[in-house]
Amino acid sequence: MLRLPRFQLHTPATVADAALLLREHRAAEQDAAKTGTPGITVMLVAGGTDLYPNMKRRQFTPATLIALGKAVPRGISNGKGLTIGAGATLTAVATDARVRKGYRALAESALSISTPQLRNMGTLGGNLCLDTRCNWYDQSLFWRMAEGMCMKTDPTVVCRVAPSSPRCLAVASADTVPALLALGASVRVVNAEGERTIALADLYREDGISHLTIGRDDIVTEVLLPAFEGWRSTYLKLRDRGSFDFPILGLAAAVRMENGVVREARVAMTAVASRPMLVLDAASAIIGTRLEDDAIAAAAAAAHKLARPMDNTSGTLAQRKRSVPVYATRALASLRDS
Amino acid sequence: MTDGPQLSILGRRLPKTNAWAHLTGQAKYADDIILPRMLYGRLLRSTEAHARITKLDVSRALAHPGVVAIVTGRDMPEKMGIMPSTQDETALAVDKVRYVGEAVAAVAALDEDTAFEALGLIDVEYEPLDPILSIEEALERDDVKIHEDSRRANVFKEVHLSFGDLEAGFAKAEHTRDDWFFFEGNTHAPIESHSCVANGEANGNVTLWTCTQVPHYLHRELEKVLGIPRSRIRVVATPNGGAFGGKSDPFAHEFAACLLALRTKRPVKFTLDREEVFYAHRGRHPVKMHLRTGVMKDGEITAVHFQSWLDGGAYASYGIATTYYTGALLTVTYRVPAYKFDGVRVYTNKPPCGPKRGHGTTQPRFAFEAQLDKIANDLGLDPLAYRKRILQPAHSRTINDLRITTMGLGECLDRAGERTGFSAKHGKLPDGKGIGIAGSAYISGAGLPIYWNEMPHSGATVKIDRGGGVTVYCGTAEIGQGSDNMLASVTAETLGVLPDDVHVVSGDTSLAPVDLGSYSSRVTFMAGNAVKDAAMKLRDQLATVAAEKLNVPRDRIVCALRQVYDKDDPTTALSFTDVAVLAEARYGTLSAAGWYKPPPGIGGTFKGAGVGPTPAYSYQAAVAEVTVDRATGRLTVDRIVTAHDCGRALNPANVEGQIEGAAYMGYGEAIGEEQVFRGGLHKKPSLLDYKIPTSLDTPVLEAIIVETIDAEGPYGAKEAGEGPLNPVIPAIANAVFDAIGVRFDETPITPEKILDALAKKKVRVGPTGLETGRDPKAALRRLSASTDARERKRDA
Repeated sequence: MLRLPRFQLHTPATVADAALLLREHRAAEQDAAKTGTPGITVMLVAGGTDLYPNMKRRQFTPATLIALGKAVPRGISNGKGLTIGAGATLTAVATDARVRKGYRALAESALSISTPQLRNMGTLGGNLCLDTRCNWYDQSLFWRMAEGMCMKTDPTVVCRVAPSSPRCLAVASADTVPALLALGASVRVVNAEGERTIALADLYREDGISHLTIGRDDIVTEVLLPAFEGWRSTYLKLRDRGSFDFPILGLAAAVRMENGVVREARVAMTAVASRPMLVLDAASAIIGTRLEDDAIAAAAAAAHKLARPMDNTSGTLAQRKRSVPVYATRALASLRDS
Repeated sequence: MTDGPQLSILGRRLPKTNAWAHLTGQAKYADDIILPRMLYGRLLRSTEAHARITKLDVSRALAHPGVVAIVTGRDMPEKMGIMPSTQDETALAVDKVRYVGEAVAAVAALDEDTAFEALGLIDVEYEPLDPILSIEEALERDDVKIHEDSRRANVFKEVHLSFGDLEAGFAKAEHTRDDWFFFEGNTHAPIESHSCVANGEANGNVTLWTCTQVPHYLHRELEKVLGIPRSRIRVVATPNGGAFGGKSDPFAHEFAACLLALRTKRPVKFTLDREEVFYAHRGRHPVKMHLRTGVMKDGEITAVHFQSWLDGGAYASYGIATTYYTGALLTVTYRVPAYKFDGVRVYTNKPPCGPKRGHGTTQPRFAFEAQLDKIANDLGLDPLAYRKRILQPAHSRTINDLRITTMGLGECLDRAGERTGFSAKHGKLPDGKGIGIAGSAYISGAGLPIYWNEMPHSGATVKIDRGGGVTVYCGTAEIGQGSDNMLASVTAETLGVLPDDVHVVSGDTSLAPVDLGSYSSRVTFMAGNAVKDAAMKLRDQLATVAAEKLNVPRDRIVCALRQVYDKDDPTTALSFTDVAVLAEARYGTLSAAGWYKPPPGIGGTFKGAGVGPTPAYSYQAAVAEVTVDRATGRLTVDRIVTAHDCGRALNPANVEGQIEGAAYMGYGEAIGEEQVFRGGLHKKPSLLDYKIPTSLDTPVLEAIIVETIDAEGPYGAKEAGEGPLNPVIPAIANAVFDAIGVRFDETPITPEKILDALAKKKVRVGPTGLETGRDPKAALRRLSASTDARERKRDA
């Protein structure tokens, strides 16, 4: 079988310790880069369900891993809204009664991830920071050597998906992100200097390599959800099989209705670009409507316009693009007053 | 039936005798074997699809601490291959590589990490050659030869067979259909990856434990390649964690393990990782097919002309048999008075294709049953009633001289149709819902062995000990299909004990008589007959001494459930153990050998007649019910009902397991599995990307057992392992047509293809012919475009 590369594992007991350790190892990494050996030498690991297989395939081989299992909170607590520790397992998120009742899209998205075994290990924070995916990248070292590598693992090489692309086109593939975007989530980020809160939408950028806007010294510790009275939400996922598979389209919708009229709305997508995205025009198309067919059709058209899938996942580009308005329509229609 | 109607063991739903070991993790798979001083092996694989090896230097790797030995192709240059007439492989590549993933060198080290590191220290350089990646390129490009001795371009084998008056048949036809089909390649995906341990013994002998389906054939190839007599080699087939045809060739890691073990005098283990299993492959051939069928107005077939082009990958494997199989069995289901078959198998620079469950018959069966559905539609006939009207009769000979004995296809069609209400639903369901039916047949073991000889196909020895225990020795390989349980059950039935009283020693070339192996669905029929033959000889001895002791005529003696008794007065009885003691006192040690060889006259005598005959054909029919979501293209198969004529179900639970497993596998091939390549590189060599269905995707599967009690089968049994896969795929394609009016003349039927067809208002998805005459280098140029861009970027 494929074997993990050798690495040193640290298991700090607090977020502060983890942040200090990370800063220390990052400094060493930067020093090494100055003396001519660039590369990622330290990474964070939570559940490890994505990181370890990637390490077995040598997509990265950090000499040091800082495990967040003991450091990062994993509880789910009520306040004005809901605060979920980044270390909460996907199973915990999917089965929490408060999440299922008030934040349905999140529960549905968490439940749609991979398999029960991996949901028991994988965490919400890990899913938010999931590496982008591409079928030229998520391959073994042997395969990529035979192919000749790609931009994401070798900066001297072109993007295999579109050789003229100036940037990596790997795909955002985290199911919980569009759900959390539709639910208006923000995240708490900690580093050795302190902590800050940023809107989840600002965590991502359209780049398959540097897909996160936060620094590599940063640790996502909590997900903050606003109060959700009067909202309804749902998440729909396109994939080949009923289990295991990453999304090849993930679409979440949330609406707040008053007397059958939409007062607030958010629609978000993933797996159709390098970043997950809010579809603002879809939201504005339905605000003030009763989710009539033509309003939903306008929202679906807005989502369709924004989706830019490439030929680098399962399925085909045309299939994924065509599925966007269908999924948008079905998601919004399911939120109507029954 | 001479065995009489009363059976004590067979026909009952007893648990497999090895079930507990498998369920509790005690079963020892090859990778579970750990021996003292064992080394770990790993193969260096080619990163090129087609290239000359210009340099192969292992000195740096050998110097790496922890590396114990390395072998390369030059250490084992002897040609080998499963079929003696087409041996075109070497254990490890010699001078040239022919697909990405081909083994080039093998390292044995103290641990796996060291072996992996050592691969990176082997200096190998390639001079790339143009890769041949499609059937059409292979047919056209004479300037590139994957194998130097191919006479025409890259054609591996070309066969032409003709029976009856084809011209007259088509002239007489009132309706003729010409259709092109394409069946995409796919692979077995056994859950256990290939694994072996070889032990180099002090006296120069070697023992190989390996998850193989064919210990005897492997034994022969090891002798040839290693250059030591078979008497010094022992092959033990470990329980296979799934095989499906993918473990029935001799493999690089098996030779490498043996040679490294012999050189180091230590045990050496190889366990392939999942990606390597995709390169080992030997799976379903991609096949293009042209099928021309003439019929009368009532549907009666007047002539069939079938042409197939098989994409064989880089080596022969079973390819010559596969090629013949695409044409051989089309005649055994429905009456075909005139038949012509042309088959061509080509080499391409991809992992070699070989036998997968249904070997070579799955693709043409898809084409034929899909075309029959079109004919029924053209003529306004009910597809079920139509098939029933044109059945090949039982106890007949086909136009290509195959002997048919029992034939239960009509009952299979009826039973599957009744269970699903087929005729009431077909053509009448709402849009997006569909139902389809198809029939099929398969062999109960190939009529000829792979190498020409006049010896038995299967041998077995049975011995009875003084304590009432029984031991069976037979060379069969337990691949999860239940062959050990079959041996125990047939022996127990014949001698009158319980299956748990029977100890089975199988798959061991030193301990057990030869059985040709677990392929072509031959084991129940052939090994079953062999072990029954052996057990009957002992039963005669037991009955003789029991009759004397009980003072009962011998023909009234019954042996059942550990008792030997008078059938007219069951209280006049002796225990099995007491009778065994009496018999041993009379005859000496109780041991007998039995064997089986197919009878003469089951096939023709023309060249190519060796593929197709079998002592008995199994028959099966499947009905699939589907739902198609027109907006997303999602195809949901709601239910598959398969009725299967297995002669007699020796263990109905196990037979149903085989029927359901085959339906599951066929379903996967129909809706998504594909072994596809991009520029010589496998596109999806992982179980995340190669989409075998999960339990959540799998439809409701129902199995119906149809029994025809075959006079030559052991207690009437025929095969059940492979045939039930075949009808599932065309049944699904036919159901999709019923649902949305689109013919899928190719596999797999994916959501993206359905969406595309609906968007473009296509009524058919499939090939329109061979795509010859196109610029054969176009694909290569596409391939090199990205490489050029990369080079430019590097230069910049």
